[in-house]
Amino acid sequence: MADLAVARPERFFADRFNVTPSLMERLLGSSLRGRVDDADVYLEYRINEELVLEEGTVKKASRHVSQGAGVRAQAGTRTGYAHTDDISIGNLEEAARQARSIADQSSASGILAVPGRRPHDLYALAEPPIVTELTRKVDLLRRVDRAAREADPRVKQVIASIGSEDVVMLIATAGGWTVGDVRPLARLNVTVIAEENGKREIGSYGGGGRVAFDFFLEQDRWRRFATEAARQATLKLGALDAPAGTMTVVLGPGWPGILLHEAIGHGLEGDFNRKGVSAFAGRMGQKVASELVTVIDDGTIPNRRGSLNVDDEGTPTGRTVLIEKGVLVGYMQDKLNARLMGAAPTGNGRRESYAYPAMPRMTNTFMLAGEDDPEDIIRSVKHGLYAVTFGGGQVDITSGKFVFSATEAYLIDDGRIGAPLKGATLIGNGPDALTRVSRVGRDLALDEGVGTCGKDGQSVPVGVGLPTIRIDGMTVGGSQV
Amino acid sequence: MSGVDPGLLVSVLRRATARGATAADGFLVEDRHFSAMVRLGEVDTVTHSQDQRLSLRVFYGRATAAASSSDLSPASLERVVDEATALARITAEDEHAGLPDPAEVIERVPDLDLEDREAPALSPEEKIDIARRAEAAALASDPRISNSEGAESFDRRSHYVYAAAHGSGRVFAGDYATTSFGITCSPVAAQDGEMQRDSWYSMARKRAGLDDPASVGRTAAARALRRLGARKVKTTEVPVIFDPENAASLLRSVAAAASGPSLYRRASFLVERLGQRIAASGVTIVDDGLRPGALGSRPFDGEGLPTRRTALVEDGVLVTYLLDTYSARKLGLASTHHGTRDGAGVTVGTTNLMLLPGTASPDDLIASVDNGFYVTELIGFGVNGVTGDYSRGAVGLWIENGKLAYPVEEVTVAGNLLEMLLAIDGVASDLVLRDRTAAPTLKIAKMVVAGA
Repeated sequence: MADLAVARPERFFADRFNVTPSLMERLLGSSLRGRVDDADVYLEYRINEELVLEEGTVKKASRHVSQGAGVRAQAGTRTGYAHTDDISIGNLEEAARQARSIADQSSASGILAVPGRRPHDLYALAEPPIVTELTRKVDLLRRVDRAAREADPRVKQVIASIGSEDVVMLIATAGGWTVGDVRPLARLNVTVIAEENGKREIGSYGGGGRVAFDFFLEQDRWRRFATEAARQATLKLGALDAPAGTMTVVLGPGWPGILLHEAIGHGLEGDFNRKGVSAFAGRMGQKVASELVTVIDDGTIPNRRGSLNVDDEGTPTGRTVLIEKGVLVGYMQDKLNARLMGAAPTGNGRRESYAYPAMPRMTNTFMLAGEDDPEDIIRSVKHGLYAVTFGGGQVDITSGKFVFSATEAYLIDDGRIGAPLKGATLIGNGPDALTRVSRVGRDLALDEGVGTCGKDGQSVPVGVGLPTIRIDGMTVGGSQV
Repeated sequence: MSGVDPGLLVSVLRRATARGATAADGFLVEDRHFSAMVRLGEVDTVTHSQDQRLSLRVFYGRATAAASSSDLSPASLERVVDEATALARITAEDEHAGLPDPAEVIERVPDLDLEDREAPALSPEEKIDIARRAEAAALASDPRISNSEGAESFDRRSHYVYAAAHGSGRVFAGDYATTSFGITCSPVAAQDGEMQRDSWYSMARKRAGLDDPASVGRTAAARALRRLGARKVKTTEVPVIFDPENAASLLRSVAAAASGPSLYRRASFLVERLGQRIAASGVTIVDDGLRPGALGSRPFDGEGLPTRRTALVEDGVLVTYLLDTYSARKLGLASTHHGTRDGAGVTVGTTNLMLLPGTASPDDLIASVDNGFYVTELIGFGVNGVTGDYSRGAVGLWIENGKLAYPVEEVTVAGNLLEMLLAIDGVASDLVLRDRTAAPTLKIAKMVVAGA
């Protein structure tokens, strides 16, 4: 397996499948160029490994290999996509024929741009996590299990898992640009069930990124993940039902950045705006947030879960300012939507795997830090909710309504953090929520590296980040009237 | 379909036992899929695909591991066996691990009518036209339907092969084929600067079982239109009625909490509730995997055990858990034949999960509410399966004096699943198995609606 990490993608696919860049080039040339506006051939080889510890022992261990090729042809707004998991020249030719069939009435324009940037080098690892010895991983899971149990006697169950992935991709585009990437990814996750007087609660914590296994050992991260999961589960045992109604909300730093992902991120993806189905469509240059708010999507942060050297269309990722001092200034684009909107691709064309065509997706989305002291922000609230950790969120991009659920939240009473709360779901309206941001802390933090975003049935790893912020008036969907 | 060789799976199992595995089982799945998305009358995306995957689970005594590959070349399959063997060496012995008793494994695979052998061989253009007709009907139904996220027409043919090699040397193999067809449509309605999207769908095992594309489009349009003019309501506690699609989501939460892995981990609000009342009387939930031609049917489960019809909740009482072989042994019970293959091996999954209908019409339920909320969409993940705490974003219509009065959005509905199930005081007669999980319109006596 070691060759996988160091092999350049071109050599990897040539050696393994006899598919060379010149062959991909010929495929594009003979069957696609001149008849379509854009086309590409995408090759992917992926290994996943998952080890799960439960009841103190490793019970589940699995390893999966996926490989495949996708051929895409685009003409006007039309996309033809065909994929096969049997990478052979015959199948690639058949896929090209199927993909091309959409392009019969194309008035192919010709000139195809090649990215003006070089690919990044954001996550070259001496030892990718997929090659790290199983025994080291198993040993770490055992230590996580012990640490979570030692953290509190009420901890009754610990489920710890470590997932490692390695993806080799190679893409050749009709513009004559061939580029590959090798993408490591690792995640350590801890779930704890705590029990007291017949009541049970769950706590989860974890993290990772495009990092080596040793990342989990550095700064005792594994121990922090274990004790955090235990702390959250036991905290919730004594939590009160959340109140229901509109109130001032303070979001803590880091993972609560999921607010940005749901409230505005999806709404600023190019496809929804080109189609005019986003609540943000046609609002470029308008004020959509308080002037304290600047939001960025950045796929170039080293070793982050949402980062990529090139996106899944071969475009090097970038740092895209979405909202600058409250004004909408940028959308996230893949090649198709950029072309149709007369914009430049931003390196946000992503896909779950070879089995799907790319579309505009987020990478790492965060708000820049402000100037306020986080403690001052909490002190400034007479009565409200302080939320520091969240589960998932979802948005209806057309109406702009979004929700996200707090897994750790507290009442704020007279400027002080009070009783822990459970079951607090926050709901808001995307174009409106960020206009209510009245304080922004100086404590910007990125999340630990756990985010997975779903869109049209495709999941991709993403990151978020936020400083402590105050939002004046959000609906809290608790159960206490 | 072209058909991968079931013998391939058997030979992989033989190789595993030759390498010292005491038992092994696996699936070989082959899939062909076509999808056409049309937007504003034009082709948007057409996708053709062809996939295959071999997944293997091995046992070395009481230690187990899993591996899979989409590369079915001999070298790759050899690697799958090697990797599973290497992984099994690091997993712990677990007294409950193992294949089901060979005597329980299915002997004759029944024909559940899951494959459309008479479907006309439509060209891609004809399939694209199905999506086009659905969307056109939506766009034509009202001038306020001004935009669209598109309509999709898709079909899928799959072939499943299961095989198991037991320690006795006995090898079992069985297979079945399925087809599925679908139409979805997502129009956008606009009025006075407000936009609302909704969607509708039809899915079936046979092409002839699909709804007329135009009716799918018209229903989708009507759903988007009725959301126009939505407001936020004041926070209150009222009766809440879930439409069938959203009532079905409550069922999924109940099934997840009743599944073996959640229970032996004690990560379920149904721990120690077997034989107890967990829902109002009149509530009966059934999982029927044998219903001919249904989307969730399968002749055998992920461990080769014959599928059954299982009553999960009978007149409000939890009468069984949903179990695979491992979780059943952990709990000292017998498998209910709900094993389902997932990436890491086997877990629990449902087949056709249904809450059986009552006698009232949906209008009767609405008419019984003076002031309440009719839910037509839920968003977010605010369901805690351990405690049953429930709080989700909701869209719907406000009920005034027994009638649907005006659309509502940007609110949440909150409660606790166990309390909600016990507070069901209306089960309508409108059960239609449109998907793998289905429920009739349900009325819950009281929930908190949070808004302004």
